[in-house]
Amino acid sequence: MHSYDYALLIAFFVLLLAPAALLGRFFYKVMEGQRTWLSPLLAPLERGCYRLAGVDPTQEQSWQRYALALLLFNLAGFMLLLAILLLQGYLPLNPRQLPGQDWSLALNTAVSFVTNTNWQAYSGESSLSALSQMLGLTVQNFLSAATGLAVLVALCRGIARRSASTLGNFWVDLTRATLYGLLPLSLLLALLLVWQGVPQTFTDSVQALTLSGDRQTLPLGPVASQIAIKQLGTNGGGFLGVNAAHPFENPTAWSNLFELVAIVLIPAALVFTFGHYVKDLRQSRAILGCMLALFVLGGATALWAEYQPNPALLAPQVEQTAPLEGKEARFGTTGSVLWAVTTTAASNGSVNAMHDSLNPLTGLVTLGNMMVGEVIFGGVGAGLYGMLLFVLIAVFLAGLMIGRTPHYLGKSLQAREVKLLVATLLVMPLGALVLGAIAASLPGAQTALSNPGPHGFSQLLYAYTSATANNGSAFAGFAGNSVLHNLLLSLAMLIGRFGYILPVLALAGSLAAKRCAACGADSFPTHGVLFASLLLVTVLLVGGLSFLPTLALGPLADHLSQGFQGVAP
Amino acid sequence: MLASLRPALCLLALLTLLTGGLYPLLVTALGQWAFPYQANGSLLRDAQGQVRGSQLIAQPFSGAQWFHSRPSAGDYATLPSAASNLAASNPQLAARIKREAALESNQGQGPVPLALLTTSASGLDPHLPPAAVAWQLPRVAAARGVPVQRLQALLDQATLRPWVGPPVVNVLLLNQALAGLASTPHEG
Repeated sequence: MHSYDYALLIAFFVLLLAPAALLGRFFYKVMEGQRTWLSPLLAPLERGCYRLAGVDPTQEQSWQRYALALLLFNLAGFMLLLAILLLQGYLPLNPRQLPGQDWSLALNTAVSFVTNTNWQAYSGESSLSALSQMLGLTVQNFLSAATGLAVLVALCRGIARRSASTLGNFWVDLTRATLYGLLPLSLLLALLLVWQGVPQTFTDSVQALTLSGDRQTLPLGPVASQIAIKQLGTNGGGFLGVNAAHPFENPTAWSNLFELVAIVLIPAALVFTFGHYVKDLRQSRAILGCMLALFVLGGATALWAEYQPNPALLAPQVEQTAPLEGKEARFGTTGSVLWAVTTTAASNGSVNAMHDSLNPLTGLVTLGNMMVGEVIFGGVGAGLYGMLLFVLIAVFLAGLMIGRTPHYLGKSLQAREVKLLVATLLVMPLGALVLGAIAASLPGAQTALSNPGPHGFSQLLYAYTSATANNGSAFAGFAGNSVLHNLLLSLAMLIGRFGYILPVLALAGSLAAKRCAACGADSFPTHGVLFASLLLVTVLLVGGLSFLPTLALGPLADHLSQGFQGVAP
Repeated sequence: MLASLRPALCLLALLTLLTGGLYPLLVTALGQWAFPYQANGSLLRDAQGQVRGSQLIAQPFSGAQWFHSRPSAGDYATLPSAASNLAASNPQLAARIKREAALESNQGQGPVPLALLTTSASGLDPHLPPAAVAWQLPRVAAARGVPVQRLQALLDQATLRPWVGPPVVNVLLLNQALAGLASTPHEG
C-alpha cells in the first residue's frame, strides 16, 4: 500500500460520512413534504405532476393500498421497458439499426432494471440504442431507486407512528424521492463525470483512424447522465458492457472516487433519515456503526487477500506482485478492491475490475456481502429496510434472552411481526440456494461456466446470489444469456425484490397500528455498543450462516486448491 | 385497483419524460457547454482534422519502435470490449502469462512487469504503470536510434500522479509524442 492508497481510503470515508447526517435530514424533510431550498424551483413541477395524475397528496394509504400502488407502478414500468427493448428496431435514435432483444433476454433485462438489480446479460454498446438506454434504462434507474426509498419511509413511519392506519401516499413518496432527491444529485454527479471525461452526446459513435492505421469505432452516447443515476440509485447497470471498468464510464482515479462515494452516499444518509423519523439519532449511530464495522471487516480481509501474489504465476521471468488480471492500471489494487467491496455491500453491482479474476477470498467477501442481504449500507432504501429487519430480529433474540416481550422503540413484536420477519429471512436462501441448485442440476446449465473446478461452481453461485440480492454484478465469465438462465434469474430477481417489499410493508402496517408502550428501564436499549454488537452477530449468524456450505464448496475450495498447486503430483 | 391505474400510468409517463428525456438533455446541454472536449469523447485529431482515436481508449501497438499498450483480452475491440474473466486458479491464465513472459523477457532486465502480461478489465485500458513503460525504454530507444535519456524525459513528462490513485502513463499520448519526436530534427 502506498500513500495514494491510504489517501483514497481516507477520502472515501470522509466523503461518505461527512455529508451523511445533513443529507439524511434533507431526505427526511423531502419525504415528509417539508420546505427545502429546492422547493421554489420544484414545487410547481411537483404540483403539476399530481394534478395531471389525479393524485391528492394529502390522502394517505393503508399498507395494502400502498403495496397495490407500488406493484401497479412497477408492473407498468416493466411493460414499458419490455416494449422498448423488444421493439428497439422500430424506434428512433437508432442509427446503427440495432434489432430488438430476444424475448427471454428482454424479459430478463426488464425485470433486472425494474427490480434495481441491473443484471446484464448483454453488452450495451453493441446491442442497445441511445433511446433504449435513456427512455428505457435510465428511467428505471431512477424509479426503482425511488421505489426502494418509498418502501423505507413507509417502514420508518410504521415504526414511528402510533395507532395509525396509514403509511403515507406512495405516489407522493415516489414523486418527491425522484424530484428532490435523485434528480438534483444525479445532475451534479453527471457534470462531475463529464468533467473527468465521461462522454455526454447524442452522437452514436465516431470512426477513428488509429496511429497504426487501423479503423476503430468509438461508441459514444448520453453516458454520463446514466452513469450518475446508476451509481446514486445503487443500480449498477452500465451503458457499456464492461461497466465502470470502461474508460468512458470511469476515466480517472478521481472519477473512480466520485462514483465509489456515490454508491453508498444515499444509503448512508438514509440511516440518519430513519433517526429523524423516530426522533432518536442514537439509533442511527448504532446502526451506522454496525454497518461500518461489517464493511471494514470485509474490506480489510479483501484488501489483504488481493495484495497476495497469485502462487500459480511463480516464475523467474514474471514480476511477483498483486495480481493485475482483470484490473485497470488507473485504479490499482486498492481502488479495485474498495469498489468490489462497496458495490456488493450496497446493492449496486457495477464493477471496475472483473470479479471473476479476483483472489478467491476477495470473491468470498463480495459473495458474503450479498448473501447477508446487502444490509451493509445496501441499496437505496432497500439496504436500510433490510437492516431494520435484522434490528427487529436482534431485538426479538434479545427479548428471548432476557425473557420479556421484545419491544423496539416502544412497539411490541408479537407473533404476526415475527412471522413476517422469518418470511424475509427465507428470501435469500430461496433465491440463491434453491434456484441455484435447480440451475446447477438441470442439463446444460454448466455450459454457462467458463472456469474449471470450484471456481466454476462459484460462478453459478455468484450469479444466483447476485440476482436474488438485486445486486447485478457477476463473475462475468458466466454466460448467462440462455433461455434457462434468463428465466431462472428473472425469477430470482423478482423473489429477491418483492419477497422483501411485501412483508416489509405488511410489517410497517402492523407496527403502525400498535400503541406505543412506555420505554421502561427494563426494556433492552437499542442504541449502545452492546446492541450494535448483537446486531452484527445477528447479521452474520442469522443472515450468513446458511450459506457457509456453498462458500466452502466455491471460493474456499478455490482458495485452498491454489495452495497445493506448487506441489508436484 | 382502477383508481390506482390513472396515477400509475400518468406518473410513469411524466417521470419517464423527466428522467429519461429532460434530465439527459439538460446534462448534455450543460456538459457540451462547459466541457465540450470531454463530452464528445476526448477525441484526438491530427493536423487535417481526422480523428485518430480517443485519449481514453487504448489502441494496439506492435513493432519495436512503439510502446506497447496493456494487453487486451478482446484484441482492443470496442463493440463490445471484453475481459478474459480467467479465474486466478485457471491453469490457462498461468500458462498464458508464463508463455508471454518467456517471449517478452530480456537478459539483464529482471522479471517482466505484471501489467505487460495481464489483460485489463475493460480490454481498452489506455494506461500502464510507469515501471511497465520504463521496461520498454531500451527496446524503443534502440529501434528509433534515440538516446534512452530522451525517452526517459518524455516518460517523466507523461506520468500522471493523481492523489487518490496509482501513477500511470497514457500509452497512446506517449506514442503520439513519440511520433512527433521522430519528425523533429535530431538533436543527438
